[in-house]
Amino acid sequence: MSGVYPLINLTADKDNYYLRAEIPGLQSDELDIQVAGNSITLAGERKIPTQDENAKYHRREREAGRFSRGISLPGDVNPDKVEASLKDGVLTVIIPKAEAAKPKQISVK
Amino acid sequence: MSNENVKNIQAKEKSEVDSHSEQTKPGPAFIPAVDIFETETAITLIADMPGVKADAINIDLNENVLSLSGDVLPLEGKDEEDILVEFEVGRFWRQFTISEVIDQSKIDAEFKDGVLHLTLPKVEKAQPRKITVKAS
Repeated sequence: MSGVYPLINLTADKDNYYLRAEIPGLQSDELDIQVAGNSITLAGERKIPTQDENAKYHRREREAGRFSRGISLPGDVNPDKVEASLKDGVLTVIIPKAEAAKPKQISVK
Repeated sequence: MSNENVKNIQAKEKSEVDSHSEQTKPGPAFIPAVDIFETETAITLIADMPGVKADAINIDLNENVLSLSGDVLPLEGKDEEDILVEFEVGRFWRQFTISEVIDQSKIDAEFKDGVLHLTLPKVEKAQPRKITVKAS
């Protein structure tokens, strides 16, 4: 299957959306994350240094190139409090839900 | 991002290890994408193993079979519900047969940002030496 890079997993709990992507080898400064309204865009370039001419390749499966991917979140978010971290090649973006979009517990009197 | 000729990267689904392979642990195992290249002095293997911690990587060279494996902990918190699932998370596992004689004492492994760099130096062959005969 080929699709848009990177592949994304999106989850939610009652407070936040969690977007995760596997982007091994990327540095945080090679990644651009934009949040606008309910959509989030990940863009960047994965660079793989070329080896010297004398190197003979046996396998070449890792891909380099540019990417840009936007996805829409299913509810309203608070774009000012988005946090992103990149660890061991896994990007995690925590996007807080807007107050109005959070589930409210209604207590019955 | 300055070079206009850079191609766009294509997303590839992670390949699962063939179930016929020997697996002793439950759960899916994935085949890490690798680059392998050889120079006169060494074989270098670069493997994408995102989500693995450096201390959870196992590299084993037994006879001429190189095994790589790395355990990955689940990324999600327990209260999270899936909205979109495009990739699965599980350990990585792959084996290679190395045709060169490797100097085991000089193998070097480095893991950074989810990428393993493994340098397998070849055993030094006898270098041809030129012998100069001194005139007495």
